Amino acid sequence: MKKVYLHDDAIISPLGFSTAENLQAIKEEYSGLKLHQKNSLSAKEFYGGIIEEKKLENSFDKIADNSDFTRLEKMMILAVHEILKKNPDLNFNNCGLVISTTKGNIDLLEAEGLLNKKVFLTELAKSIGEYFGFKAEPVVVSNACISGGLALIVGKNLITSGQFQRVIVVGGDLLSKFVLSGFSSFQAVSAVPCKPFSKSRSGISLGEAAAAVLLNSERKEKDNIALIAGSSANDANHISGPSRTGEGLFKTIQKVLKQSGLQPEDLDYISAHGTATPYNDEMEAIALSRSGLSHVPVNSLKGYYGHTLGASALVESIITKHSLLNNELYCSLNFEESGVSKPLNIIRQYEKEELSFALKTASGFGGCNLSLIFEKEKNGR
Amino acid sequence: MGDKPFFIEALVAIKSNVVYRNGEEIFRRDHIQEPDAFIKEFFKNLKVKYPKFHKMDVLSKLGFLASEVLLKDKYVSPDTALIFSNSASSMETDRQYRASMEDFPSPSLFVYTLPNIVLGEISIRHRLQSENAFFVSEKFNPHLIHTYTTGLLKNEMSPAAVCGWLDLKNKEYDVFLILISENGKIPFTEENLQKTYYFDNE
Repeated sequence: MKKVYLHDDAIISPLGFSTAENLQAIKEEYSGLKLHQKNSLSAKEFYGGIIEEKKLENSFDKIADNSDFTRLEKMMILAVHEILKKNPDLNFNNCGLVISTTKGNIDLLEAEGLLNKKVFLTELAKSIGEYFGFKAEPVVVSNACISGGLALIVGKNLITSGQFQRVIVVGGDLLSKFVLSGFSSFQAVSAVPCKPFSKSRSGISLGEAAAAVLLNSERKEKDNIALIAGSSANDANHISGPSRTGEGLFKTIQKVLKQSGLQPEDLDYISAHGTATPYNDEMEAIALSRSGLSHVPVNSLKGYYGHTLGASALVESIITKHSLLNNELYCSLNFEESGVSKPLNIIRQYEKEELSFALKTASGFGGCNLSLIFEKEKNGR
Repeated sequence: MGDKPFFIEALVAIKSNVVYRNGEEIFRRDHIQEPDAFIKEFFKNLKVKYPKFHKMDVLSKLGFLASEVLLKDKYVSPDTALIFSNSASSMETDRQYRASMEDFPSPSLFVYTLPNIVLGEISIRHRLQSENAFFVSEKFNPHLIHTYTTGLLKNEMSPAAVCGWLDLKNKEYDVFLILISENGKIPFTEENLQKTYYFDNE
């Protein structure tokens, strides 16, 4: 499989409006999950990762006229803008746009009456594409909680097939009343900030974020991180719960190891999905254990961000990229005593470690699973 | 990279109360108004025992029925990829769930507020533990579907694929699925994908 390189990136989240700000917050073990009392989102108070409205408005005002854009559009435009700032000469004739989202502008959906056309994902995509002047029609990936990682595979595919030399992948989802009520109806929302892989974990915390990455067929002068393998697989087991045996996730891990020609012992770090629901974390522990990866340092970033749905695997891939570049392992926030049946090497505190290869995993409703492998190339290669 | 040729082995289309298999009409009910009622009649006609069918949302039911027709009497590899697309995502169910939020938010509705759930339903039915992708585009985009599916087939990630269009908007549905494999006569090209889709839509 041909390699594709991850050039500039950006994360817009409660932890900050650039990747650097996000990394700093994670290093300081600062969480974006706060207790909110917002009637517009829930009758009860809840923990969640919400981007401060004023900060979003102020940041967006600096780059564009505020009036015509939805909240999610502003987040996504800010993310792409960060990348274009560093690549002012980007040629839109041979640059594709891939957009990952599960629910788009779902906050605009009313129960009755005429539909606001912006609730359609195609309209959201059009709005982002037209704002920047992309020539090609944006590609929208909406595949539950693996969307952000799947969008990277799609972007890579569009480059290796020769359609584009570069692709910007942007992902985003809101913390909406719609999604919060949905997960609450499943009794899946934690009353405290989520605690991935812990014995006392009791469900997810939701969050919101947008993120963007510039994929390129060519390497940079230095600091090259390549996406060398990617795969998805369905559990074929249940639409709202993961397989007890981790079958689908296990299969994706086997496939990316095969694609990359790596052995389990070659992996230095795993960025897990780790939503902190009892079933998800247990399933992941089983799949990682079956893959011979129990010893590899692993974290979940959900304790910092909450679950950002269609953005999550993209945000976490960006953090993984910087983990590799900086040789840093970040603490799996809110981890206490292990609450999964298989041993895992959970990262309990910030560590410096020489890193070369990382695995990113994700799973979602509909029984979907995903694995990606990133490689740090030695400089001068 | 594999250089094996791939073909459009079979196709199914469901539109305006008619079901076509490989271009031939196999079921029609002209007098029915609601998609729900048509779906029910066609399911009955297939004589399939699958109680879970009745719990699905309309989008999943349509995908389920189309894949029943498409994969009938065929060996289907568990690695057969599912590459679907539509324009309205899960909008019909989103609106239903949105309405239920005012009283009792329904978890069984909420799970269907994602377009890829139908891929899970089809995977469970046909025991497929394969590559999944759901794209959303204004119109059927043969270029994207062909490029992405070819990538999976050529990299030997999947020996076969089911791909196409599964859209439901304002109670109007448009279903077009094809089985891509090493068997068949019509080469799997972007042009043929476009032709077969538009043939069924004329």
